[in-house]
Amino acid sequence: MIKRPFFERIKPLLYLLPFILSVTIFTIYPIVNVIRMSFLEGYKYLTGDYTGVGFGNYEKVLADPYFRQALSNTFKYVLLVVPISTAIAIVLANLLNQKIRFQSFFQTAYFLPMVTSSLAVGLAWRFMFNDKVGIINYVLNLLGMESVNFLGKSGGNFMAVVIFGIWSILPNTIILLLSGLQNIDPLYYTAAKVDGAKTLRIFFRITVPLLAPTIMLVVIINSISTFKMYHELFPLFNGPGVAYNLFTVVYYIYYEFRVLTPPKYGLAAASAVILLITVFIFTMLQRAVQAWSRKERGEDVKKTKRHRDALR
Amino acid sequence: MSRKPRDTEMPSDRQVNKEPISLGRIAMYVILFIGAIIMMFPFYWMITGAFKTWTEVNLIPPTLFPENPFNIENFIYAFKTAPFGRYFVNSLLALLGCITTCSFTTILAAYAFSRLRFPGRELIFSLLLSLMMVPYEMIIITNYRTIVNWKLHDTIWALILPFMSSIFYTYILKGFFDSVPESLYQAAKVDGCSDWKYLWRVMVPMAKSSLATIILLNAIATWNSFLWPMIATNSKVVRTLPFGLYAFMTEGGQRNERMMAASTIVVIPMIIMFLFARKYIISGMSRGGIKG
Repeated sequence: MIKRPFFERIKPLLYLLPFILSVTIFTIYPIVNVIRMSFLEGYKYLTGDYTGVGFGNYEKVLADPYFRQALSNTFKYVLLVVPISTAIAIVLANLLNQKIRFQSFFQTAYFLPMVTSSLAVGLAWRFMFNDKVGIINYVLNLLGMESVNFLGKSGGNFMAVVIFGIWSILPNTIILLLSGLQNIDPLYYTAAKVDGAKTLRIFFRITVPLLAPTIMLVVIINSISTFKMYHELFPLFNGPGVAYNLFTVVYYIYYEFRVLTPPKYGLAAASAVILLITVFIFTMLQRAVQAWSRKERGEDVKKTKRHRDALR
Repeated sequence: MSRKPRDTEMPSDRQVNKEPISLGRIAMYVILFIGAIIMMFPFYWMITGAFKTWTEVNLIPPTLFPENPFNIENFIYAFKTAPFGRYFVNSLLALLGCITTCSFTTILAAYAFSRLRFPGRELIFSLLLSLMMVPYEMIIITNYRTIVNWKLHDTIWALILPFMSSIFYTYILKGFFDSVPESLYQAAKVDGCSDWKYLWRVMVPMAKSSLATIILLNAIATWNSFLWPMIATNSKVVRTLPFGLYAFMTEGGQRNERMMAASTIVVIPMIIMFLFARKYIISGMSRGGIKG
């Protein structure tokens, strides 16, 4: 250190340089720029001209029927997909956490969708949703139900997106819940079994309450990711629904700056900032829950340690 | 010293020696198998559909197996109408470019944040962490303009440059570096080992499994990325597989069996990777959800 003080001092900077440079250009600057653009009215990217500064873009976005539709679709989607997928995942994660055979098969089956292109898989779903030759409608008919026109102009569009969405988000949900289940001290189960408690009773009286912090966390994380839904729209409908009825917030951003000619950067930026604010609120909630569950778990560990010591 | 990925959250097979056969256990397996079938079905339908003929695809009731499992006509059609070979090479180039550059910046930055001392280290790192919540969809508006201004639109570079660093991967790797005892570093210093040598000779080999996780997550994300390539590229020579698949869907007609063949081409490499690196991927994913 005494030998080369200057080099030693700038060494951290040299290590950080490539990272910081890249983060500054492709993450920090874009955030600042989008927030700036959202307040510039009548902004033209090529010339850099604008007609005024203010909330004009926000007013326009909030009055845009497509954006209102996007908001309502997005909220409906979140409210349907998150609770249903979480409920299914709680049951499946709990079963996968038991001592079971064929686990490598189950792992592959339940977690494979995490690594495959949602576009390619979406095309398979499109094939399955087909109103004439799709296997889903065939199964519905077998069960005595009427065919649903999933991909056509009437009705079923939203249902198709929700089904595909639940399927897509299940693997991640199961994984998060499984790691929550791993953190439950097995001592609780041993004690319950000694007392002769039934399986269902154990599930509702021990597993669910102890898993509650993880469940809340999963609900928030999934709300954030489903709020950003747009992937599903490309393979299924090649756009925001067959009749422009399935705009979502992120699709709206994409639409404003890439589909429209000339692009409306101001509106895209304003809606992106609205997205950021929404995600920010959810993230703050997530932090609060994490802090709370860490505290709970800390006390939990202390308690079980005391129990263990008492048993010895 | 290297940390093995947690064996995925399931008790090992050996523990299951004598399971009592009860109604509850049977019900459990029934639910698990039905769930597994539903999760796998789209893949099954995609791959079998790829080998079916047009008549077979339109049969009611649908058939579960292709009549001729060696019918590769749909694949031939896909490769003839669209340069899927080229798309594959582009995907591979983008993947290698992203992985090498991003791993490099990540290793250096994680080391600096974990071992080197400089003023404001903790503050800078926590500010960076808070950036992780910014939706990527917000950032691409400006990144698109940056790429256009740099005249890199519609080149392979457009697919690599914005992804040369990752706060999340740096966070994972820093977590591992932090777990290596400081005394090892001090000992190396006393022996006259430079930081640079210590990083590449000691830390990196030790962090093998963390690095594997990072690289795999990066590979999956890059391979499947679709929105950015669609925004940043256009011509056939630079399209990656997912964008090529999307273009095939809009340009190559809507015939289901051909689309399934094209989708299979996109999905197969990732399926193979998953089968080989399942544990690393799953352990990485279980951390991936709880960022920040």
